[in-house]
Amino acid sequence: MFKILKKEYLANNIWLMDIEAPRVAKSCKPGQFVIVKMDEKGERIPLTVCDYDATKGTVTIVFQIVGASTKRMAEYEPGQSFMDFVGPLGCASELTEMPEEELKKESILFVCGGVGTAPVYPQAKWMKEHGIDVDVIIGARTKDIIILEKEMEKVAANLYIATDDGSYGFKGNGCDQINELVKNQGKKYTRVVAIGPMVMMKFVSLLTKELGIPAIVSMNPIMVDGTGMCGACRLQVGDEIKFACVDGPEFDGHLVDFDQAMRRQGMYKTEEGRAMLRLEEGDTHSGGCGNCN
Amino acid sequence: METDVLKRVPVREQEPKVRAANFEEVCLGYNKEEAMAEASRCLKCKNPQCVKGCPVNIDIPAFIKEVEEGSFDEAFHVINKYSALPAVCGRVCPQESQCEAKCIRGIKGDAVSIGKLERFVADTARENGIKPVKAETKKGKSVAVIGSGPAGLTCAGDLAKLGYDVTIFEALHKAGGVLSYGIPEFRLPKSTVVDSEIENVKSLGVKIETNVVIGKAVTIDELLGEEGFDAVFIGSGAGLPRFMGIPGENANGVFSANEYLTRSNLMKAFDDSYDTPVCAGKKVAVVGGGNVAMDAARTALRLGADVHIVYRRSEAELPARVEEVHHAKEEGIIFDLLTNPVEIFEDEQGNVKGMKCIRMELGEPDSSGRRSPVEIPGSEFVLDVDTVIMSLGTSPNPLISSTTEGLEINRRKCIVAEESDGSTSKAAVYAGGDAVTGAATVILAMGAGKAAAKGIDEFLSK
Repeated sequence: MFKILKKEYLANNIWLMDIEAPRVAKSCKPGQFVIVKMDEKGERIPLTVCDYDATKGTVTIVFQIVGASTKRMAEYEPGQSFMDFVGPLGCASELTEMPEEELKKESILFVCGGVGTAPVYPQAKWMKEHGIDVDVIIGARTKDIIILEKEMEKVAANLYIATDDGSYGFKGNGCDQINELVKNQGKKYTRVVAIGPMVMMKFVSLLTKELGIPAIVSMNPIMVDGTGMCGACRLQVGDEIKFACVDGPEFDGHLVDFDQAMRRQGMYKTEEGRAMLRLEEGDTHSGGCGNCN
Repeated sequence: METDVLKRVPVREQEPKVRAANFEEVCLGYNKEEAMAEASRCLKCKNPQCVKGCPVNIDIPAFIKEVEEGSFDEAFHVINKYSALPAVCGRVCPQESQCEAKCIRGIKGDAVSIGKLERFVADTARENGIKPVKAETKKGKSVAVIGSGPAGLTCAGDLAKLGYDVTIFEALHKAGGVLSYGIPEFRLPKSTVVDSEIENVKSLGVKIETNVVIGKAVTIDELLGEEGFDAVFIGSGAGLPRFMGIPGENANGVFSANEYLTRSNLMKAFDDSYDTPVCAGKKVAVVGGGNVAMDAARTALRLGADVHIVYRRSEAELPARVEEVHHAKEEGIIFDLLTNPVEIFEDEQGNVKGMKCIRMELGEPDSSGRRSPVEIPGSEFVLDVDTVIMSLGTSPNPLISSTTEGLEINRRKCIVAEESDGSTSKAAVYAGGDAVTGAATVILAMGAGKAAAKGIDEFLSK
């Protein structure tokens, strides 16, 4: 059993939890993820690692309520435990594995979208700890749904906030902010790392291709075991099929087939919708929504 | 009970029409009288060939003699000296090509039904609460076993019986490996059979730590170093599912057999009270002809689908056990033999809407001795399906080999290990099962686990 030590509401149905998981905390690296299974009958849910502390033996996870399982997960309180918590899974971020001299030559821009801000944080923090200055953009629809701003401020050389409605920071989305920095302010980046919703990563990849800047994205497809066994997380990357869980989760954004990845991610949407309805309406749900057989 | 010595006592099964709609076990096994009658058919050969056909060399005539005399507990203890998983083996071993293939009784009549007798003994012991005997003295040395599938459980059980302190590390949340995630409930019941055999291994003193991915959370070198284990056995299993590489293979509704079976068996997607879904499909094609393909097809059938097996060779070459093919046919699965997929069609939403196939004919034998299938030009046709399950075998998982310095792998990326004792190129590290051989059978993995336990014992006794 893996105990929840802390729970915090961030914004926009996004929750943060500290979980006691010494084995994972000890070996975790930026870019990796975990799988959580709440109880006997729960799903295996792949989740982003936001932080980890080997001395305390804790791992910080951040998740957004998107379906019945994550909704149920948000109802857990500190002191309660998850039945299963496995990780770290996937490969560490390519940048943190680079020889230090080479990394020092890089000029890196991180672009975060929504809950994707959480997995960027440990990467930016790692860079700061290794004496490398990085710029970070947090993009959001509006001011109220921005997460981890204060934490990111401490680790980024320059933090740029972009909101679609202009309620805070730059008015525009992440791509607009990249354009502003590169085209108008003449900033030079050798690499962009984008983590967020697939559609956001798709457009950042398209833009960086146009700008001639290599882009790394972190993919979060459907998966079951997370160790390479099921193949549910397969992606078309260039002319190869890759498994996000063992080959990724980070890939060259210029090579990922995002349209296919988005279609694949939607595979169980109706199932999840049904589960959500059952949860919200219980036995009173009598069909008629068109999603029921 | 009257017995015709040339004919085996038939085993009771669920009716095909009934079982096609449930996940209960197909084979119901022998009762006491049937088992004793079948046991009486054994010739108790002085030089028993059946034992030579068994990868773990169970003293078959000895346990059958106990059954014949009604000493079922004794029969269990005989088997348990050789096998930690008799209830599993009695169900999933290919006896027809191993022990039963060598049975002298089988020369003139039916071979003795060794598998069904083994199953009877194990099931009876479970019902009577008989447990395996624990080691009397401790060796004071510890072994880490990676993977809790048939190879790992066997190796762990044997080492524990010898007095070693054994910890199994399992990557998934549940122990059992392929016995839990791969083989379906209707062939191998989980809560009764698999879980209780695992409990038996635990009762020998074996500890099982789930949710630990070796190669990620801990490396082999760390197990031998800071974690203080004296030896390691790698029984991490087969690995990554293969796909064909044909157009449309990433469409929604194309699954690996591993995914389909894991969702159903491990995550219990067939049971509505569990959260994990499975897109069961209404018209399903399973590509491949092995036991895993039969399992996937029969699972899809039970989830309500019309199911086709698409296999590029003919019936004679089907790698699946005859019994599985027979059961699948009885249940109404359609076999499209000498047929190979060439493309999967998808609709605007990316869902499977059909699979283009081509007819094949058998040409010259290939290196494996099987006649290789050749396409018949112009014979393409479209199979109307909404789901495709690829059951084409697996390729080794790199998690351990890529994180363990000095562990040799072969051209196929399988771990290189001696067949006789499981030793690898790295000192104190042993391996066996699918991680070494590529996808094979439960009993071969158990045989390798057993050989490695012996190898580890010799190494640690030096």
